[in-house]
Amino acid sequence: MSTQYTDHLGRPVIAVTGLGVVTSLGNGKKENWEALTAGKSGIKKITRFPTDGLNTVIAGTVDFMETEEVSAPAISYAMAESTAGEALEEAGFGDAGFPGPLFFAAPPVEMEWQHRFALMEESPSKEPGYEQLLEAARAKPHPQMHHLIQLGTIAYKLAEKYRTQGLPISLSTACASGATALQQGIEAIRRGETEAALCVASDGSVTAEGLIRFSLLSALSTNNETPSGASRPFSKDRDGFIMSEGSAALVLETMEHAVARGAKVIGVIRGVGEKADSFHRTRSSPDGKPVITTISAALEDAGMSPDEVGYINAHGTSTPENDRMEYNSLKAVFGERIHEVPISSNKSMIGHTLTAGGAVEAVFSFLTMKESIIPPTINYDNPDPDIPLDVVPNVKREAEVKSVLSNSFGFGGQNACLVFAREMA
Amino acid sequence: MSDKKNDVWITGIGLVSCFGEGPDTHWEKLHASGAASAPIDRESYAPYAVHPLPEIDWTAQMSRKDMRQMENWQRIGTYAAGLALDDAGMKEDEELVSTMDLVVCAGGGERDLEVDTAILAEARTRNDRDLILNERLPQDLRPTLFLAQLSNLMAGNISIVHKVTGSSRTYMGEESAGVTAIRDAVARISHGQSSHLLVGGGYNAERVDLFLNIELGRYLARDTATPVQERQEAGGGMIPGSAGVFLVLESAEHASARGAKPYAKISAVASDLGARNAEETLARFSRMLEKLPLDRDSRPAILSGASGYADITGWEFDALRSRFGMEAAIRAYTSMVGNTIEANFPFGIALAAMALKNGSFYEPFEAAEKPVKIPPSSILVSTAGHYRGEGMAMVEAAS
Repeated sequence: MSTQYTDHLGRPVIAVTGLGVVTSLGNGKKENWEALTAGKSGIKKITRFPTDGLNTVIAGTVDFMETEEVSAPAISYAMAESTAGEALEEAGFGDAGFPGPLFFAAPPVEMEWQHRFALMEESPSKEPGYEQLLEAARAKPHPQMHHLIQLGTIAYKLAEKYRTQGLPISLSTACASGATALQQGIEAIRRGETEAALCVASDGSVTAEGLIRFSLLSALSTNNETPSGASRPFSKDRDGFIMSEGSAALVLETMEHAVARGAKVIGVIRGVGEKADSFHRTRSSPDGKPVITTISAALEDAGMSPDEVGYINAHGTSTPENDRMEYNSLKAVFGERIHEVPISSNKSMIGHTLTAGGAVEAVFSFLTMKESIIPPTINYDNPDPDIPLDVVPNVKREAEVKSVLSNSFGFGGQNACLVFAREMA
Repeated sequence: MSDKKNDVWITGIGLVSCFGEGPDTHWEKLHASGAASAPIDRESYAPYAVHPLPEIDWTAQMSRKDMRQMENWQRIGTYAAGLALDDAGMKEDEELVSTMDLVVCAGGGERDLEVDTAILAEARTRNDRDLILNERLPQDLRPTLFLAQLSNLMAGNISIVHKVTGSSRTYMGEESAGVTAIRDAVARISHGQSSHLLVGGGYNAERVDLFLNIELGRYLARDTATPVQERQEAGGGMIPGSAGVFLVLESAEHASARGAKPYAKISAVASDLGARNAEETLARFSRMLEKLPLDRDSRPAILSGASGYADITGWEFDALRSRFGMEAAIRAYTSMVGNTIEANFPFGIALAAMALKNGSFYEPFEAAEKPVKIPPSSILVSTAGHYRGEGMAMVEAAS
């Protein structure tokens, strides 16, 4: 029995009271929303490093953050600091700190080539290799480099800056990480451990090696001549995803907590579903069962039928396989109605923000409901006849959207689905 | 939402360390012997020492095809996960594993040392270093290496090999990742968000690139391989170890229904983070202790995952002794298996569960450790990350 503060299973209603976002389209909700609803692309030729000889030379890099050095951990932290700050400010948490834990979807961080080359230069040894680098480390401490490459550092720094409670959590479910950060905030609140959770995701890992690795998996678009037209979700001529950077932050709290402190509620998270896939390291089960189970579980958790979903924020990566699999799985859950529900892919404009994707797309989903505008799927010039969806082609659409279903899938068999709504009932 | 909490039973343990594999082997070799018996390699990475992996026939837990898709780090985890499922009587029980939740604590994957070294060699003679990367990496990197690098691919491999597919999440952040994994697993079972779950991680310490990552902060012990407390007198420092550990956790109800017997139960987990100075660190340990089911007279036996790094190890021991007295029976199991980073905290939980099942405790690992007078019915597992994060858990007899 649901009440103002509890859902259909008697659990606390989870309100969202703050949002922050950074993508290649800009810093903050305003810049992003204007560009996203204008159908602008943030994808461009890479200038961060030379791309001579590479198969893919375009990406959705975030080049406007001020960082001490240009590295994945430094950029990822700067973006996360910015989005967490924006979300906390909107939610009205200021100098007193935040009354809950931090769940941080952390990017793959490791020592980068610039660090190896720097250690090589200063090493007393001239024999190339890791022994040489170790000699440099032995010769003098490198605390800054050490901190930078530890996987927990970004979350530790965020927790200290925004004074969240307890041990901050760093997590990864690859490209589903942003959704998983929200899932864990939801679970902690439902357990009654906390009244509030700060969920942040960030990924600034467009490096030469990162790009080359995805390229070796044949996962990236090679549509280098027209960067803004390269991400083509659900199009017949889609040829891979665009590696991108971004971050998002969401403040979650129980409705009761939000109302009691007079916070403005942006919307609610009604449900979350998950199912792991054992088929392959990078590919989904051909029968789509794990994804179907994930979507069904999210709807069940939300206490909603597929008919109640007003808009779908697709994972929509623009790879041949993902978009087909996502359509087939949605069709299995929604039936023929899937051809009528508007569905769009933010990735057509911002590319795939990897670790951050699920959270970035959650922020855009809440803005979609709040502004009553559905962002388009751009570059939809050549529809894939096997994916007959209303993808909100090329131009935004004004529409009253009361609820959103958002998918996130990741390498390693990770699938997560979230259901958002304007209100509980 | 129900306020009734489920008891969280440990019903399966999978272990791999320098002592071998499996809970029985580990109990036999660890419960009555000191640190002098611990296998340690002082030569391969001198001046650093490492507790190495034992010889393992990977194919006992995975196909050759799957094995080839993994680096050793992932093999260790996948292997230990299989041992835990075997031990819990769940292996290849499709109904149980397909609904089982998976929680992994993991670091990053392994570098291809040959490729990296070749690039470093070429970089000596060229100024256009960025172009060296563009020329060499697309040719020399194996596509599978990328997958080895993703932190969540240990979990991915466990799903593929052992068909554990209820849900899957991976925590990162060095030792804290292990604390968070156990905390998450216990909280979910306790609150009915999961009925049965596989939690753990693995660490391959025998990698020069990882020695480098740690030594940048100068955390490693040099030219010494003495046990943790003795090492403090020589300035401290960390000795890493290769290990894998997975636990099957179940609600008492779920385990009872299928007739599974518990090693022990995990009754509470606490964690924290803050500035690393004596005053604040001691305050954090006190606060964590307050969150555990301890009364004023409790004298639990203690298993510590102390890294051995100078200040923090001393503060952890000070906090424990100020609460439980100078005679507190503290066993720094890192003296035996090394600091296994992400696997460190789950390893301590496994050791506690084995002791409780055997109705006994570990003899002192080194001279400075105090003996126990009576076999404990509750064991405190405590750890402090070598540079951040602290965690504690109470493991108690299940009956």
